[in-house]
Order: sequence, then structure tokens, then C-alpha cells
Amino acid sequence: MTLFIEQCLNGLQFGLLLFLLAAGLTLVFGIMDLVNLAHGSLYMLGAYFAATFAAWTGSFVFGAVLALGATLLVGMAVEVIAMRRLYGRDHLDHVLATFGLILFFDELVRLIWGAGGMSLPLPSWLNTSVRVLPGVDYSAYKLSIIVVSLAVAAFLYFLVMRTRLGMLIRAGASNREMVGALGVNIKLLFTLVFGLGAALAGLAGLMQAPILTVQIGMGENILILAFVITVIGGIGSIRGAFVAAILVGFIDTLGRAYFTDLLRLTFTKETAATAAPALSSMLIYLLMAIVLVIRPEGLFPASSK
Amino acid sequence: MIPTFNLRTTVGLLLLLALVLLPVYVELTGSRFLLTLFTRIVILALAAVSLNLILGYGGMMSFGHAAYLGIGGYAVGMLAFEGITTGFVQWPVALLVSAFFALVIGALSLRTRGVYFIMITLAFAQMAYYIVAGLARYGGDDGLTIEKRSQFIAPINLSNKVQFYYICLGLLCGAIYLVWRLVNSRFGMALQGARSNDTRMRAIGFPTYRYKLTGFVIAGTLCGLAGALLANHTDFVSPAMMYWTRSGDLIIMVVLGGMGSTFGPLFGAVALLVLEEVLSGITEYWQIILGPLLLLVVLFARGGIDGLLGKARHG
Repeated sequence: MTLFIEQCLNGLQFGLLLFLLAAGLTLVFGIMDLVNLAHGSLYMLGAYFAATFAAWTGSFVFGAVLALGATLLVGMAVEVIAMRRLYGRDHLDHVLATFGLILFFDELVRLIWGAGGMSLPLPSWLNTSVRVLPGVDYSAYKLSIIVVSLAVAAFLYFLVMRTRLGMLIRAGASNREMVGALGVNIKLLFTLVFGLGAALAGLAGLMQAPILTVQIGMGENILILAFVITVIGGIGSIRGAFVAAILVGFIDTLGRAYFTDLLRLTFTKETAATAAPALSSMLIYLLMAIVLVIRPEGLFPASSK
Repeated sequence: MIPTFNLRTTVGLLLLLALVLLPVYVELTGSRFLLTLFTRIVILALAAVSLNLILGYGGMMSFGHAAYLGIGGYAVGMLAFEGITTGFVQWPVALLVSAFFALVIGALSLRTRGVYFIMITLAFAQMAYYIVAGLARYGGDDGLTIEKRSQFIAPINLSNKVQFYYICLGLLCGAIYLVWRLVNSRFGMALQGARSNDTRMRAIGFPTYRYKLTGFVIAGTLCGLAGALLANHTDFVSPAMMYWTRSGDLIIMVVLGGMGSTFGPLFGAVALLVLEEVLSGITEYWQIILGPLLLLVVLFARGGIDGLLGKARHG
């Protein structure tokens, strides 16, 4: 039971982390109609920046804040240099151009930081465990990821639904030309939104960095997951991304933890042990296929357009 | 349709002629490496030709085309592992299995459109990737070495590198011809019509879903053939064959060469792989050049190489 609660918390933590990534993707897609494969590269950069800055300043928190700023700047630079020219183009063009960016960023990271991975050590005050329920201890760091992600989700909701900037963002999503015609600096707005998405990806990357090793290509696997989430949730819908991210986080984590036991009920021990890892990695793709067959627009189709 | 001889067709045919003569050059200079490189190029060009049918002519942005490369390859690899080395079984099985997967994936994916289609094909390819990576009996993540290439009757010997090259080239020419015939047939016209305006095609009575699905299955089957060849070429299959970046490479080839053109995929495959080879000779960090180059092609050279050779569009 203790283990089950711990796995549930892991699922929640992973889901929230995925939400940070998916929120950026879905924001950029919903507003600029832009498919950004290079989102995973920004996630990777966030992790590398955090590891580097934390080593420089000697402080995890300072490193994280600096890394966040740096990813924001990189994101805005990418928008100004490349993405800006892709609006209104075919989705295929987006896929190709951002695929090129992935190659570029992967190689750039290899050039600067070398092919070997890096690690981001946790400060001692985070490297402990906290009693979350009577008899259940949970990693303080993972708990703090949950707290930070929830705070960011709340902030995003507030930003998009309750502020003037959010109003412009939503207006831009439903009709770009009209918002531009009304005198809003749509170029700047897009740069800001892209930067915001990049910062969210960077935040996810730097928070994941102490748990996994920081390495080239770390953004690629998780990017696909983030895409699956945006598609399940309905592209352009932040609420959908939130629900789908939590769903995927739980299914993936619990699937990995319990699928072997589940299979053992009906199959032999060996079959279960060999088939389970592959099948549990497939679960979320299966979920996506089912969702798309039943609701081709995702769970919460964005009402815009 | 009578082929009109223009610059693009001429260059395409000249390139094919150069590929036919390549082994002679290799014999004269003795550079075996070139033959290996170009066998690989020809095989991947075949995969790109198959993708061009649905991407270029059908407007279906499949981001999971490498899955069939892997499925075809694994069909050969797994049969060889189980002791069935005859190509007369291996190759038909590779084609049938690829066709079957294309049918299932296509039937589900074609219910969606636009960016959802890109993503769902990607997801299916990743699923296939994880299935194969989980097959512990066949090497799992590490892949599977093929001890013996596909066996055919007497004069055909795939272990003979020159002969194998010519077989691949012959199949590539066959595929280019097949796709050319297909797109200029009634079926191809309907497919291209569905690309331009799906609603209108349905309004005038074409069941576009079936046309697109048929195109999807043909493309998947052809790519499965390329997979079977690739497995024989490298004597090795691994899940990496169907990783999503490989699907990206195939899309690059098609777009770089020129979407929806007869020889475009061939141009693209030759250009991309030769470029990779040249750049990796210049610097270890060659992708730092290739990435932005890709961006520039997307931004400024939409028609790809085919478009540079002539402005008029096909079909």
C-alpha cells in the first residue's frame, strides 16, 4: 500500500512535469498554429543550463533561476531568427524546419558541453524525504516538483484567463489578423508566447535534471510524450493538456510498476516478464490511438478557429 | 501520358545512368566504400520514393514511415533467426506484414487530418519501435545480427556486392516506374484530387478515404521492401531502424528532392546522404551545418532540387 501511494505520487509528479512541456507546445500550437519539434531541445537546454549555472554559482536555486532566464532568451531568439518566418506555412514545413533545429541544438550541445552527460547534484535540504502520510515517506525533491508544477499551472491559468496579456493571447488564438488590425503588436506577442513556452520547457528540463542524467537527446523521447499529450488533450487546449498529462503520467508510471504483475494473472511468469516492459511503453500510444479513433479532435477540442 | 523531355526528367535519367555505371567506376578505382555507400543510398531512395507517393502526391504527412522499414527488416531478420533463409519466403512475408501494418495504421490514422495525422502516425511508429525493442528473443534493444543473407536460386547471390547493388537499383527503378504509372492513372488523379480538395472530391462521388488508404498501403508495402533490402545490406536489424528521427530523415529526402515529383525522392536521397558523407568528412560536428541548411531549404527552396531544375509543377 505504501508502495502504491508512492507510485501514485510518482505518476502525479511525472504527469505534472509532462504538463509543463505540453503546455508550452499546445500554447505555441494553439496561438501560432506552429508545430515545434524543437521543443524537446529547449527542455534539454534548460537542463544543461541549470547544471552549468548551478556549478558556477554553487547554488541550486540560483542556477535554476538563471537557467530559466537563459532558456527564455534562447526561445525568443529562436522565434525571432527562425520561427517568425514559418507562420502561415504548411505544417510539413514546421516539422522539417524544427527537425533541422533539433539537429543543430543536439550538435551545439555536443560542441559546448561534450558528448558525455552531466549531472546536477541536489542540495542537501532537498535531498531528504518527507512524511506525506502516516507511514509514507516521499522524496522532498519530487514533492517540490509537484508543488512548483501546480503553482505554474495555476499561474498559467491566471495568466491566460485573468490578465490582459492572456486576453490578447486568447484573442490571437482565435483570430490573428483581427488582433493585429486592432493595433496589438502581434509580433511581440508571439515572441513572448514562444519565449514563455520555451521557459516552461526549460523549467521541466531543469527540474528533471537531478533525477535523470543530463544528456544529448534527452528531449527527444519526452517530446514525443508531450506530443501524445497535446493530441490526447486536444491541440491548443491548456485544460486538455493538463488532464491528458496527468492521465499519461499515471498510466505510464503505474503501467511500468504493475503491468508485470497484471500480466502474470493470465500468462506464465516468463511471458509476463518479457512482454511487460514493451507493452507498458506502448500503453500511452494505445491510449492515444483509442482517443483519436473515438474523438479525432482530442478530449477537449479547442473551440477556436 | 507521354513523358515530355525536360530538364528534370533528363537530369533524373542521367542520375540513374550514373548509378548504373557506378560499379564500373568502383571496379576501376577499387573503392569498395563507394559501392557500400551507394547501395545504402539506393535502398533509402526506394523508401523515399514510397513516402513520396503518400506525402507528395497524396498530401498525407506520415511521420512514421520508418516503421515499415523496420517491419520489413525485422521480417527478414526474424525469419533468418528461425532458420528460414530462403528469400522466396522472407521477402513475400516482409511485404505482406508491412502491407498489413500499413492497412491497420492507415485505417485508424486516416480518420484524422492535419497535425493529428502527423502525430498519430508518429505514435504508431513509436509503438512499433517499443514492441521490437521488447522482443528479448530477437535481441531487444541491441538488435539482431543476420547470419545469412536471403537465399535465392542459383545465379542470384545477394552476398555478391555488385549483384546486390544492381538488384537494389533495379527495384528502385521499378518503384519509380510504378509510382509514375500510379500517379498518372485514374487512381493517382483521384489521390491528388483528394490532396487538393478532399471535400470536393467526395462531393463528386470519390470515396477518398479508400483511395488514400490504398495509397497508404502501397507506400507501406514498398517501404517494407526497402526494409528487407536494408536488412540484407547491413546484415543487421535493430529498433533504431524505425526510430522517429529516421522517419524525419525520409521526409527530409522527399522534401529536399522535391515533393510530388518523379525523380525528386531519388535526388533527395542522393543529396542528403552524400551531403552527410561530405560534411562528416569536414567536421565531426556536421549536423550543426546540416540543421540550419535544412531550415534554409524550407524557407527559401520550397520545390526542393526538382523545383530548382524547372519551375513547372507536376500533375
